[in-house]
Amino acid sequence: MIPFDFEYYRPDTIQEAVDTFRQLDLEGKSPVYYGGGTELISMARVGSRSFGSVVDIKNIPECRILGFDRDVLQLGSALTLSDITESDLFPLLTKTAGRIADHTMQCKITFGGNLASTIIYRETALPLLLTDARLTVAGENVLADTEISQVFRDRLTLQKGSFLVKASIGRRFLSAPYFHAKKTKNEKIDYPLLTAAGVKTDGTIRAAFSGLASYPFRDSNVETLLNDSNLDFSQRADKIVQALSGIILNDSYGSAEYRKFVLKNTVVNILETMKDQGPCTA
Amino acid sequence: MYCLKGKSAIQLNINDEIHDVVIRPSDVLLHTLREQLGLTGAKPGCENGDCGACTVLVDGWPVKSCLMLTAEAIGKKIMTVEGLKSAPIQRAFIEKFAFQCGYCTSGFLMVCHALAAIHQNPPDAVIDEWLQSNICRCTSYEEIGTAIRAVLSGEM
Repeated sequence: MIPFDFEYYRPDTIQEAVDTFRQLDLEGKSPVYYGGGTELISMARVGSRSFGSVVDIKNIPECRILGFDRDVLQLGSALTLSDITESDLFPLLTKTAGRIADHTMQCKITFGGNLASTIIYRETALPLLLTDARLTVAGENVLADTEISQVFRDRLTLQKGSFLVKASIGRRFLSAPYFHAKKTKNEKIDYPLLTAAGVKTDGTIRAAFSGLASYPFRDSNVETLLNDSNLDFSQRADKIVQALSGIILNDSYGSAEYRKFVLKNTVVNILETMKDQGPCTA
Repeated sequence: MYCLKGKSAIQLNINDEIHDVVIRPSDVLLHTLREQLGLTGAKPGCENGDCGACTVLVDGWPVKSCLMLTAEAIGKKIMTVEGLKSAPIQRAFIEKFAFQCGYCTSGFLMVCHALAAIHQNPPDAVIDEWLQSNICRCTSYEEIGTAIRAVLSGEM
């Protein structure tokens, strides 16, 4: 049971959502945008989060979009993870979303909710970071379309009153060779000790990680090392571990030393898996 | 725009019947089902989305009712275990001895029922993936797997 009251609003348009949020904020009703709600409900239940009103965006058509506009795949922020895995239009995202929580939870957790999560993993960010996705954000009188790097820096950084409407991914990335591995401490369904995702495009491997640091990331130095053909796979992995050692988590899920061990093996696996894969055919 | 402020009377479609209930916007579906409607098939377990004992179907898909606001269910078709009414998966659970204490059973039944409706011939990996959403402390997993496979194969 949630131990406090709040008001529930379900707007039908983007403008209605933005206006409602602003009005509720003016009235001091501390609004939050609401997607799947799994994180908000579980945190509210234990008293670690409170709010005076929720603005549920699931009835906004633009937030439910799923399909192509010419050569761009559009994924609405209110799609559930199972909407994405069942459609299987973006195989790397299918793999990634299919390993978040469990299947039933994937029927409730939304794509945008995972990206905006306060929990550090935000694994759906990895495929988006790797494919130079563009994010459409609704705010005060504005519908802005920006590169993911502009609004996702470790986490989704939106201005108060703004919300994510959709992500757009170029078709050329969807068929690119990819890699995905999620390593957990013990059970298959758990937060990641390390999730690694990679794509090979134009003959170059890109890689992004979650669980390794306190935020998901893609790092240009790591990718330079990953693609350094003067080094063998093991040497590249060693240098990547060394380059990232300052940010690697050391917690109850795994010591920093163990994470380094897992990272090294995972990097070698990425390189082995992708060595024979040709460049993405754009 | 739909909005709900304070205690309000709403209608829910549950097991193909329209029910009138009075809810707070902060009520979760699990408690509305159990306390207002007497539909106690959905069980409170962890109430944190981990155990699956409270699973119901929302428009045919399994959802943990402890993590769904009742307000979100307005306009949706909700099915609880009380709505199964002698479905093949129920007979399979009995014939394959797929439960012991029974506390998790209604949640497993709902997941299995949805799986059989959505995927006619799923590979083992898909069956395992769906069943991993629920926990059985009596560890009847082998028999539960046998029961859903009996339904999927047409044995039931």
